[in-house]
Amino acid sequence: MSDPAARIPAKHPPARRLPATRSAAAPSPRISPTTETRAVQYALIAVVVAILSLFLLVPLATVFTQALRSGLGDYLATFRNPEALAAIRLTLLVAAIAVPCNLIFGIAAAWAIAKYRFPGRTLLVSLIDLPFSISPVVAGLVYILLLGSNSLIGGFLLENFGIRIIFAVPGIVLATILVTFPFIARELIPLMEDQGTGDEEAALSLGANGWQTFLFVTLPNVKWALLYGVLLCNARAMGEFGAVAVLSGKLRGQTVTMPLQVELFYNEYASVAAFSLASLLAGLALVTLIVKSWLEWRYADQIAATGRGH
Amino acid sequence: MELSIRNIRKEFDRFPALHGVSLDIRSGELIALLGPSGSGKTTLLRLIAGLEFPTSGAIFFGEDDASQKTVQERNVGFVFQHYALFRHMTVAENIGFGLKVRPRRLRPSAAQIRRRASELLELVRLPGLENRYPSQLSGGQRQRVALARALAIEPKVLLLDEPFGALDAQVRRDLRRWLREIHETTGHTTVFVTHDQEEALELADRVVVMSQGAIEQVGSADDVYDRPLTPFVYGFIGESSRLPVRVDTGGVWIDDRSLGLAAGDVPDGPAHLFFRPHDVELVEGCGGCIAGVVVSSRRVEATRRVELAVGGDRRIVEIELPADHPAALRSRIAFRPRSWKLFADARAGREACAETV
Ligand SMILES: Nc1ncnc2c1ncn2[C@@H]1O[C@H](COP(=O)(O)OP(=O)(O)O)[C@@H](O)[C@H]1O
Ligand SMILES: [Mg+2]
Repeated sequence: MSDPAARIPAKHPPARRLPATRSAAAPSPRISPTTETRAVQYALIAVVVAILSLFLLVPLATVFTQALRSGLGDYLATFRNPEALAAIRLTLLVAAIAVPCNLIFGIAAAWAIAKYRFPGRTLLVSLIDLPFSISPVVAGLVYILLLGSNSLIGGFLLENFGIRIIFAVPGIVLATILVTFPFIARELIPLMEDQGTGDEEAALSLGANGWQTFLFVTLPNVKWALLYGVLLCNARAMGEFGAVAVLSGKLRGQTVTMPLQVELFYNEYASVAAFSLASLLAGLALVTLIVKSWLEWRYADQIAATGRGH
Repeated sequence: MELSIRNIRKEFDRFPALHGVSLDIRSGELIALLGPSGSGKTTLLRLIAGLEFPTSGAIFFGEDDASQKTVQERNVGFVFQHYALFRHMTVAENIGFGLKVRPRRLRPSAAQIRRRASELLELVRLPGLENRYPSQLSGGQRQRVALARALAIEPKVLLLDEPFGALDAQVRRDLRRWLREIHETTGHTTVFVTHDQEEALELADRVVVMSQGAIEQVGSADDVYDRPLTPFVYGFIGESSRLPVRVDTGGVWIDDRSLGLAAGDVPDGPAHLFFRPHDVELVEGCGGCIAGVVVSSRRVEATRRVELAVGGDRRIVEIELPADHPAALRSRIAFRPRSWKLFADARAGREACAETV
């Protein structure tokens, strides 16, 4: 396929009003669906902006100012620290495993829930949401109980295959998968339910097999939601702290992810290093936000077209 | 391709949507499934397509038992009620989809597919729209693209679910004529679903009238209008008036007044008399007629619609009179239906009927 955006006709720019007409028109009374006065509206907006600044923008700015407090040299030095580098590598590895796993799981779960009716369907929907509502620390502790070297499964794996799960990389990956479980499925389910099975039936009736139907019809219909889901899932996978903290065991240079390394640095009063590493995580969040907004802006027509039926 | 539907039964979670439907469709025929909403038309169409599977019964495509074949194997062209065009594909890609997904050895080249799409757009009279997206088309245009897409796979039969349901009246009339032309050009065996009797009667070679999951009558427009076989068909097709009557000693009665009609083999007991409101003659003085008191009178275009209260318990019946008839309220009018049909009350058991001789 060539660039899909190229075939979408550019949106017409809003017709420019001639200055003459504008000055001739009498100032029409402002029609507003709400009844608050202008003053109240501005006050409300101001409150929201103030709260957002206080709790989001100021801390974010602090991260960067603290990181650069003693100059760019010290800032960059953090990224030559072997422990910091190991943490970055581990975080990337964990995300690279957890995101594809949840991509497959998310699509499968959304498909099953949106397109079939079966007993226990609503229960499954609630189960998918569980990681949102359960404390990550509790989830971590449950894993230790289930998979630790003293447990049945954990002990078996360790004795027979020498595989250690808890306080090792597999445990961190598992914890991350669990915590980021719902992101992709949650984006897809409402959209797929809304779209129904009509397009799939059309594809089948035209002779497509199941795989072609999925590839050419189902997937393109949800691609934007899928992309959002992946972005959010990835951001969370890289930033997860609680469950990973319980399961990691904090072996320096081995089982410490970026968020954990930030904490270690900070507890050792290496605050420039802590904030430098933290700035990387914050940067990731900003990039996610920017990419998401850019996608929304760039492909607004297509997103609208794939949302509801035409 | 002939179709033979043999004693098909379909249940959804124990709810019978179709009970024991049998129907033979000749090759090249244009068939309408007509019935009120919920009568099982869509279900029957989807069963033919292989989008649903019957609880019992069989469907034959020619000599082949297709009952267990999947929708892909049946090679049918299905036009969905809401078109189900692929919104991220252009019109040409939509039409070419069925060719593109063929196994490699049967698949035409990309250029051939594109040419075929343009030919089909020509056929459905939308030349030059290859690169539009479905969201950039009007309802009528989407409808035609959906048909072109279904025709692209050279289907054995063409199935259309309420093809004009979502369109406004003028577009419907145009597309109706156009569908008839397409049918004559391509010669496909075609089954379409509609709840609009005008559409069914005008377009189809034969009309299948359905009600509550069963076929009431199959026949030409003349058959179902002039010779309805069941009370449902008499009431559903065209306008009709229905009068509860009593059959006694071979005659038809309201209270103690004979209507002067022969009951044929309709058994004694309650029955219903059906006739067309416009097909009545007024009579003077009444020995064997239906007489009633005018309770309402409306002018409808070139005629006057009059409601009469008939008999002791004032059964309401509607007839059509010339516009210049005064039909004053509470005046008495006597009439006789020129053609009529008498059905034994369904509760009385076997359906028996008598009609104008
Ligand atoms: N997938 C389904 N599940 C349960 N009931 C259904 C399903 N499809 C149709 N029905 C029921 O079967 C009956 C016939 O439906 P349908 O064939 O759609 O009627 P029509 O097309 O004539 O309006 C209706 O009562 C409908 O509720
Ligand atoms: Mg229907």
